[in-house]
Amino acid sequence: MEIISFLIFFPFVAAAVLFFLGNDEKVYSVRKFVVKGSGFLIMAAVIYLAFEELSGREHIGYLMESRIANLAVMAGEIFLMLLVTFYSFRYRKYYAALLSWLGTIPVLWLDLSGNSVEDQLFFKVDNLTVIMCLVVGIVGSLICIYAVGYIKDYHHHHKNYPQRSNWFLAMLFVFLGAMFGLLFSDNLGWLYFFWEITSVCSFLLIGYNKEKQAIDNSFRALWMNLLGGCGFTVAILICNLQLGIANLSQLQQLNKEAPAVMIIVAFLAFAALTKSAQMPFCGWLLGAMVAPTPTSALLHSATMVKAGVYLLIRIAPLMNGTLTGVMVTLIGGFTFFTASLMAIATSDGKRVLAHSTISNLGLIVACAGVGLPESVWAATMLILFHAVSKSLMFMCVGAVENVTGSRNVEDMHGLIVKLPRLAIVMIIGICGMYLAPFGMLVAKWAALKAYIDSGAVWLVLFLVFGTASTSFYWGKWLGKIFAVIHKSPELHDTTHYGEWQALYPLATLVIAMCFGFPFVSKYLIQPVLNQMYHTMVPAVIGGSDIAIMVLMLLLIASLPIAGVLTARKTHGITEQNTRSYMSGINAGDDRHFLNSYGDVQSVYMSNWYMIDYIGELKIMKLCLVLSSAMLVIMMIIIVGGAVA
Amino acid sequence: MIVRIIIGFLAVFAAPFIGGILSGLDRMIGARMQRRQGPPLLQPFYDFYKLTKKRANIMNGLQIFLVIGHLMFVALSIWIVYTGEDLLLAVFSLTLAEMLFCLVAFSASAPYSNMSAQRELLQMACAEPMLLLMAIGFYMANGSFKVMDILHASEPAILKTPGMFAGFLVILVIELRKSPFDVSTSHHAHQEMVKGITTDIAGSVMAYVEVAEWCELFLMATFTGMFFICSNPFSFLAAAAAAGLVLFLMTLVDNTFPRVRWERMLWMSWGATFIFAGVNLLVLTLTR
Repeated sequence: MEIISFLIFFPFVAAAVLFFLGNDEKVYSVRKFVVKGSGFLIMAAVIYLAFEELSGREHIGYLMESRIANLAVMAGEIFLMLLVTFYSFRYRKYYAALLSWLGTIPVLWLDLSGNSVEDQLFFKVDNLTVIMCLVVGIVGSLICIYAVGYIKDYHHHHKNYPQRSNWFLAMLFVFLGAMFGLLFSDNLGWLYFFWEITSVCSFLLIGYNKEKQAIDNSFRALWMNLLGGCGFTVAILICNLQLGIANLSQLQQLNKEAPAVMIIVAFLAFAALTKSAQMPFCGWLLGAMVAPTPTSALLHSATMVKAGVYLLIRIAPLMNGTLTGVMVTLIGGFTFFTASLMAIATSDGKRVLAHSTISNLGLIVACAGVGLPESVWAATMLILFHAVSKSLMFMCVGAVENVTGSRNVEDMHGLIVKLPRLAIVMIIGICGMYLAPFGMLVAKWAALKAYIDSGAVWLVLFLVFGTASTSFYWGKWLGKIFAVIHKSPELHDTTHYGEWQALYPLATLVIAMCFGFPFVSKYLIQPVLNQMYHTMVPAVIGGSDIAIMVLMLLLIASLPIAGVLTARKTHGITEQNTRSYMSGINAGDDRHFLNSYGDVQSVYMSNWYMIDYIGELKIMKLCLVLSSAMLVIMMIIIVGGAVA
Repeated sequence: MIVRIIIGFLAVFAAPFIGGILSGLDRMIGARMQRRQGPPLLQPFYDFYKLTKKRANIMNGLQIFLVIGHLMFVALSIWIVYTGEDLLLAVFSLTLAEMLFCLVAFSASAPYSNMSAQRELLQMACAEPMLLLMAIGFYMANGSFKVMDILHASEPAILKTPGMFAGFLVILVIELRKSPFDVSTSHHAHQEMVKGITTDIAGSVMAYVEVAEWCELFLMATFTGMFFICSNPFSFLAAAAAAGLVLFLMTLVDNTFPRVRWERMLWMSWGATFIFAGVNLLVLTLTR
């Protein structure tokens, strides 16, 4: 119990300390110390929690004095509502305020009128919570540590932005606290409260630099997430008034065919779809890329979007074989495929990452929607690997941008020569995202099997075509990094020591998880399935398959090791080195060639984007219309069918 | 288990020889189709011998490792199939091998290599859905991704997966780099990219690439045969005959059709995958 309250409250305390430390140059060292100290404390706490839980100790939080806590939550909800109202009037975006009232006032009414169901179970910890806490605690803390150095550089590069870095770091910690609250809460009202904190937090962080574009995008994020919040409110109302339950765990035990349950699950799924930026709502995540990199890394890859899929996994058994399941899998599969297509036609590194996040979340969402044990296994595995690899990628791109001044994939040509250390970390990140023996593929293997078993043909097709386009855009990016240009000087790597302190552990984690996935599966994920389905679920992945995957890993690991060993002796240069063929005689520097007049001419090699076919401007609108239609029609069918 | 692993290794060692002979046959028959005498059957091996005698001219230190990695994972793919293990993993391993091959070209940082590497990525994107669906087809027919279970099936998979087979034939053209779809590199001199993705690979390094290509040819022949295999021992004969016939068909197609632009390749391969394999999958799901 203490550990739960520590994880929820401590980040808020750290946030307050960071905020009141201020922005003075003199406090930078103190600030660094505070962030690192809190980060490591949080990491230690989640690891402690994991050990406690895995060694079989039950963690169920009963609050005897629930009245005060409930009042605090209510006060918090009112505060959030007022905050949103304030900002939306200040920037004249009244619709945000309206959505906030719509979402909050019914819940407040429920509590004040005494219609809410009193139950004393507020917190619950099981294996899924532990897995998510590990992700949020470890990845989130590392991102905070990275942010200290990053934000200093950020203001160094952008002198015109108001210096509010104390506020920025504080918000990151507030966000972590809210995430923990969300994960531990079993009471739907509380879950909703923390859910709204993450929405508002994300809004504030996206608008950090107060540029017009940033403000616009932050409001887009706000209204989409608040709309999802309204869906959540509907679910809470029905739960309390119709079914008389207040907790998620009670909901899980109900019959999934009952009309009220179907409506609740549909609305919860709707809320989750907005939070994890699925197709009609993917705009907010793309817009969020204007924010400083730690925001993108923390909110939009590692944690916040994972809140949506977390909720979906919680209700996955209720979606198996129902219309809601069909809706969720349709939207997820569609998003997986189309977002990966758009990623091909994108050259801005962070935007590629955003598209790929949306796309991967689509896969996770689809897995949750199928609701079979295997697909839940795949979804959990994907969450783990995606969080680690994607946050690593974001931080890498941010670091490269701080050194070279560009985050365009085109400008990463020859990164392996120019910034070898960052390039290698980036290669690890990209491989973790899609290449064969690494984690994502393991999960895809299981996902494919589950999709076939569930009989969802369209989903299988989305998956196979989406896999193909996914490897296309990652392959292009990887190729850019791998290009070796001779006589290219190594750039001065200005990446902060603190940033490396986040990059190295994460890169190590990606590799460790790849090798350790059988253990991750056995000790972390398999118990989740047993808890969720209340039976012993047979091991999802068999012995010989694991053996082959580990064999593949060993083979691929042997390659760079052998490469480094021999290259160290010769620096990659042998007497047999030649110059590449430049469609003319290589002028000797791999950048110019002699044309037919004998003049020196420069070469520029661009990647292939197919913008005229699958550019965002070309297909985004169509995708939005299609997916909105799907969502609206399916919601009408589900709700209408359940009511009638 | 041990026996299976040994069979796997035997297959890996036999693959280059069988693949080389198949490649020689392809060149011979292709020449006859063009009313030329053509090279002798063992010409690929003579070429290979000559390549190994050359110096390994490399652009950079990465190339040689990536090429070896490419060969290694093609071999692993064969090994996985012949030990009777998971077909899906064999496909993944093959994809990884192709990706390493693309990186070889990317690392040269030269116009031809760069463009062809991206074309190769596109070719992979064209072929990968069908390869995965092929594995899925076997799964639907036999209830398992294991090659071992295909051998124990009572009837050959082709009876249930004719659509998958049709789609597979289309992407086989891409995998074997045959004419209408040889956009990244070609066996003929008329490619506008000259040798495309292999432009900046020379000397004995090129020899590894040749071996890898033979292995791939062998693997593709194996995949073709797998559609016809069941527990009946005579089905092996049928499989070998089918593989031979399909390879002949590929040579014929190679010599009949002109190269298409990449858009057509994309639409034709994805369209064929979607229609043939998709409908087949739908039928299998509904009748299950």
